[in-house]
Amino acid sequence: MIRAYRTPIVLGVIALLVLVLFGLIGSDGDSTFRISTSGDFFTVPDLVLPSRGTALVLGVVLLVLAAGAALLVRRGRRVPVWLLAVFGVLAVLGTLSWAIAGGTLPMTQLLQGSLALAVPLVFGALGGVLSERVGVVNIAIEGQLLAGAFSSAVVASLTGNLYLGLVAAAVAGALVSLVLAVFAITYIVDQVIVGVVLNVLVVGLTSFLHSAVLDSASNSPGRLPQIEIPLLAQIPLLGPLLFEQTLIIYLMFIAVAIVTFALFRTRWGLRLRAVGEHPQAADTVGINVARTRFMGVTLGGALAGLGGAFFTLGSVGAFSQEMTAGQGYIALAALIFGRWNPVLATLAALLFGFARNLASVLGIVGSPVPSQFLLMLPYVVTLIAVAGLAGKVRGPAAAGTPYIKG
Amino acid sequence: MQLELRGITKRFGAFTANDAIDIVVEPGQIHALLGENGAGKSTLMNVLYGLYQAEEGSILLDGIEQRFSGPGDAMRAGIGMVHQHFMLVPVFTVAENVMLGHEPTKGAGVLDLETARQRVREISARFGFGLDPDARIEDLPVGVQQRVEIVKALSRDAKVLVFDEPTAVLTPQETDELIGIMRQLKEAGTSIVFISHKLREVRAIADVITVIRRGKVVGSAEPTASSQELAALMVGRAVELTVHKQPAAPGDVALSIRGLSARNAQGTVTLDDVDLDIRRGEILAVAGVQGNGQTELANAIIGLLGGLEGSISLEGRELIGRTVKQVLDAGVGFVPEDRSHDGIVKEFTIAENLILDRSDRDPFANGLSLKLGTVRSFAEEKSREYDVRSQGVDTKVGRLSGGNQQKVVLARELSRPLKLFIASQPTRGLDVGSIQFVHEQIVATRDAGVPVLIVSTELDEVVALADRIAVMYQGRIVDVVAPDTSRERLGSLMAGVVA
Amino acid sequence: MSAVVPPVEERDRRDGRVSAVVREIMSGSIVLSLAAILLSFVIGGILIAASDEDVQETSGYFFARPGDMLGAIAEAVGGAYGALLRGAVFNPRGDSLGEMLGPISETLVYATPLVAAGLGVAVAFRAGLFNIGGTGQIVAGAAFAGWVGFAVDLPPVLHVVVALIAGIVGAAFWAGIVGILKARTGAHEVILTIMLNYIALRLFDYLLTTPVLQQPGTVNPISPPVSVDAMFPSIVGRLHWGFVAMLLAVVAIWWLFAKSNLGFKIRAVGLSPSAARTAGINVGLIYVVTFAIAGGLMGIAGSAQILGTERTLTGGIAGSIGFDAITVALLGRSKPFGVLAAGILFGALRAGSRTMQASEGVPVDIVLVVQSFIVLFLAAPPLVRAIFRLPAPGSRATAILSRSKGAKA
Repeated sequence: MIRAYRTPIVLGVIALLVLVLFGLIGSDGDSTFRISTSGDFFTVPDLVLPSRGTALVLGVVLLVLAAGAALLVRRGRRVPVWLLAVFGVLAVLGTLSWAIAGGTLPMTQLLQGSLALAVPLVFGALGGVLSERVGVVNIAIEGQLLAGAFSSAVVASLTGNLYLGLVAAAVAGALVSLVLAVFAITYIVDQVIVGVVLNVLVVGLTSFLHSAVLDSASNSPGRLPQIEIPLLAQIPLLGPLLFEQTLIIYLMFIAVAIVTFALFRTRWGLRLRAVGEHPQAADTVGINVARTRFMGVTLGGALAGLGGAFFTLGSVGAFSQEMTAGQGYIALAALIFGRWNPVLATLAALLFGFARNLASVLGIVGSPVPSQFLLMLPYVVTLIAVAGLAGKVRGPAAAGTPYIKG
Repeated sequence: MQLELRGITKRFGAFTANDAIDIVVEPGQIHALLGENGAGKSTLMNVLYGLYQAEEGSILLDGIEQRFSGPGDAMRAGIGMVHQHFMLVPVFTVAENVMLGHEPTKGAGVLDLETARQRVREISARFGFGLDPDARIEDLPVGVQQRVEIVKALSRDAKVLVFDEPTAVLTPQETDELIGIMRQLKEAGTSIVFISHKLREVRAIADVITVIRRGKVVGSAEPTASSQELAALMVGRAVELTVHKQPAAPGDVALSIRGLSARNAQGTVTLDDVDLDIRRGEILAVAGVQGNGQTELANAIIGLLGGLEGSISLEGRELIGRTVKQVLDAGVGFVPEDRSHDGIVKEFTIAENLILDRSDRDPFANGLSLKLGTVRSFAEEKSREYDVRSQGVDTKVGRLSGGNQQKVVLARELSRPLKLFIASQPTRGLDVGSIQFVHEQIVATRDAGVPVLIVSTELDEVVALADRIAVMYQGRIVDVVAPDTSRERLGSLMAGVVA
Repeated sequence: MSAVVPPVEERDRRDGRVSAVVREIMSGSIVLSLAAILLSFVIGGILIAASDEDVQETSGYFFARPGDMLGAIAEAVGGAYGALLRGAVFNPRGDSLGEMLGPISETLVYATPLVAAGLGVAVAFRAGLFNIGGTGQIVAGAAFAGWVGFAVDLPPVLHVVVALIAGIVGAAFWAGIVGILKARTGAHEVILTIMLNYIALRLFDYLLTTPVLQQPGTVNPISPPVSVDAMFPSIVGRLHWGFVAMLLAVVAIWWLFAKSNLGFKIRAVGLSPSAARTAGINVGLIYVVTFAIAGGLMGIAGSAQILGTERTLTGGIAGSIGFDAITVALLGRSKPFGVLAAGILFGALRAGSRTMQASEGVPVDIVLVVQSFIVLFLAAPPLVRAIFRLPAPGSRATAILSRSKGAKA
């Protein structure tokens, strides 16, 4: 019985924490949220809220939401995702208003930075979704990101064309995953082993080439220009966030939509998922399991590789050794936390990007939460998710299992 | 459509699974393929379905030779298959499963779900299946899942339909319904291949019977042939279906189960208020269609199942809440139903498998270290005693035949001081010689005064071994009856009818 | 208990996969390993040659004077691998025998944590578990050992022993969390260990900024140096007694699997958890114990780092040992002496690569490339056999066939 009520209970505990820690105990002073930037269409005044009062109000609202969730469970219904999303946003707001008491938080920069940090995670998680949905565990997201970052920088530098760099990133990611596919599907090597080794291999190769071959001519691709969508870009908060970005971020939004649609609404997606859930059933209706897996894994690698280009072309404008710094593993976490669903995985990636950016922003604002704990968030929530402490996550049934005919 | 298999030979390495098999199935005919487990029936059908490629021979449909490089080719040619283990994606809906591989689209590869649903409703209505196209497979009972498999094949206009051991998971009533469906299909002109090792069903349905033994066609028979004749053909010699045993001399009640209930992870009741007594020196056999709680009953006693209500007491000691080890130590011997998965470690040697349960105690352990010499001599002794045929006790158990593997399990489980012996599907997949050996061991155990619990889905085995029969249906013990109860009555009990 | 047992079919799926992995890792011949190593060095050589400037230059007129390019290749590759050998095994340019053999002790210094950590992966493999959590466990071990080393006052000898034990216990505890979570919830240990790696790293980063671990009077995330008493004494040069601790661990693990009933149970669980469970073995407990042992070995690796070479704790104390350990375990086929040999080989690569970079300008990262190719080739025997035209071992092929036959009949 308690199992069914797990989600409402977790929500209730969080709500109480916000209410008590940030509200009743809380800190005095006002929290200022700066929403507008100078270039906006019209100006929205800063939002100044009393820290403790805000936390109190939000805490009560959160409690109501938790009670609502409990009511739904009692009626035998599932807690909808939107409720969890709203709950999450409000809980974060409550925490923020406490964390920045007496200070000012520039919201636009916070969200923009979060989105930027989330880009490789989203691409990586999407790539992982395709690979795992077709039945191949993809620990090699890290390697695919790094390969994408490397080759996009080199190709863009050598050709002088940033867009060719993007193509090269996708190709490099696809090549890494092709190796994964060959070993996992053709040679039936354990997928986790191949993934782990591939990550080491890509680190070795790119670092070696970076030291031995790259020079300023072959590693100065520059950065993708921002493409501003007229008018829309001037909406406060949303404008700079969604409509004043580089091509790669627009590509990301498109990729999420396409992957979601393709996976759940097309023949291609149905077959891909069938292969990942029950390869033998797919085989017996004439679907070529190996070919489908190759296709899914390689396509996933291409997406992850594209995400890797963000490290170079989308942000710092040059390749440096091991620059992905474990982001591939966070993408893996987002994929699991997002329950192998492209939209949820994207939301998880955005959350993780937010946590990471918050860590640095709060570091500047000066807050009572050590940044390391915010950086830990993706891993902790994923741990909680896989351990089933807040409802069990279930991946594709055949992920990790090679398909041997007969 | 007429199907002809001509000289089909399929080898796996040195092993010939199918040896020059010839079969002709006429249109609108139900053709039964009868054979023991491992006779090569499923291999043959997998060749027919394009899953395996035969080394020799040809497949002809209406006299035209076919080349199948995969199931897709076979399906396009009009062959459909209802697999023994359903080929359904559990998390997909009925409609999604039915359309998989030949999906209707609205162009550009976008699925046309409405057409798919319509197709399911149409076929389902034709046979009165009453399928909901939007139900998820994992939420459906097995009987209904099988109908989805049939609809799947029919939705591709299958002219030849292969049923691979379709009744293994069905109640007698569901089996009757399936027979009705097969007849309906036959009327509609579909050729049907019905694979089974159950004599009774084959005789009830088939127009023609072909018997296969060790990969070869050993004869064909009319459905009017007697069970004895068919059985003799199947196993190659006259078979005695009875077990030699003296009447039981039951003593006191040793195992007493009261109000035992359990649920599975999905929350479905798997054991429902089970009461059962077993006396010393008697064999109580649990009969029932697979999946009616027998597995859970055995697992519950042995301690493999959590979340139990009620009580299981062995000579006055409560077993619920104890670990498997504690239960085994309390004097329970256990032969699990899935031998190769739960009974043995295939990569371990015979010697290692024989001490799987006692590696940390006398006389095999000295503190943390293992006395390898003792382990070896114990294994040699037991191998002799139980006639385990091998190259020596260092042979990996995975290399032994099923019969010898089961002997290893028996040797281990019977070599503890026993107060209760449980054997689930003790002869599943074994050759006739091994079956006899296993049955003798079971009877000998009973005669030594040990209470024995047998779980078997083979009614013949149950009737031959049991001193009393408990019939299970949907997690309940429907009734406990004498072994001379008529099969008709046992059949209705297995379907939950208590009249 | 009932609330946390994963559905049976889920377990079955894992059982099947895991035992296949164990089989895969444990089988395979020495010839195959040598072939894989050779092949990987060839690939490394190609990379070295291709990135060499002389080779690039001479390739411009290859068809005019092919000798130039071949010579340049020989010089680049020969020079690099020569330097590798000089740095790892024998330095003919040394003044004394001690100096000539010095590289061997350097190899063993690098090998010490690699072998210990490799054992930590290997032990888990034998139970059918992936321990990708080396990084986190090494950090935990190093932190505990280091803390005892600088914050506790103890007499010599005892101090280093207690510090080592603290490292072992600390890492075993951190790894034990994985075992407990897996046993209780059925969560996959690969995901658990990856997540716990990063949690350990962040927690460690945090502690390095608090008085618990941070050196007083500095704002850098760095600990005070371990007291001299708590450092492993030197055997010769930089080679320290951590090496001996590592050798003892190798022997202990050999004994565990060859002679003990705990090892027997671990192997049974690794090959068939369901059969082990049915025979009364407490599979969950074995998972916890195995992870604790694996963690303890990682703790030896962490202690070797802090008490053997590093002396102060910094964020990078674990380096890439946790991941290298996986390749060590795979190359060593998860057998204790195999892991020892593999660890020494990779230690030699590490030691030699320094010399290679210093004298030939070949980046040390080439080692990672060679190392990962070795494992990839090892993992796919058919590929290596095809390249070297080695015969397929008949016994194995028939075993596979008989298995599939059994499944079909």
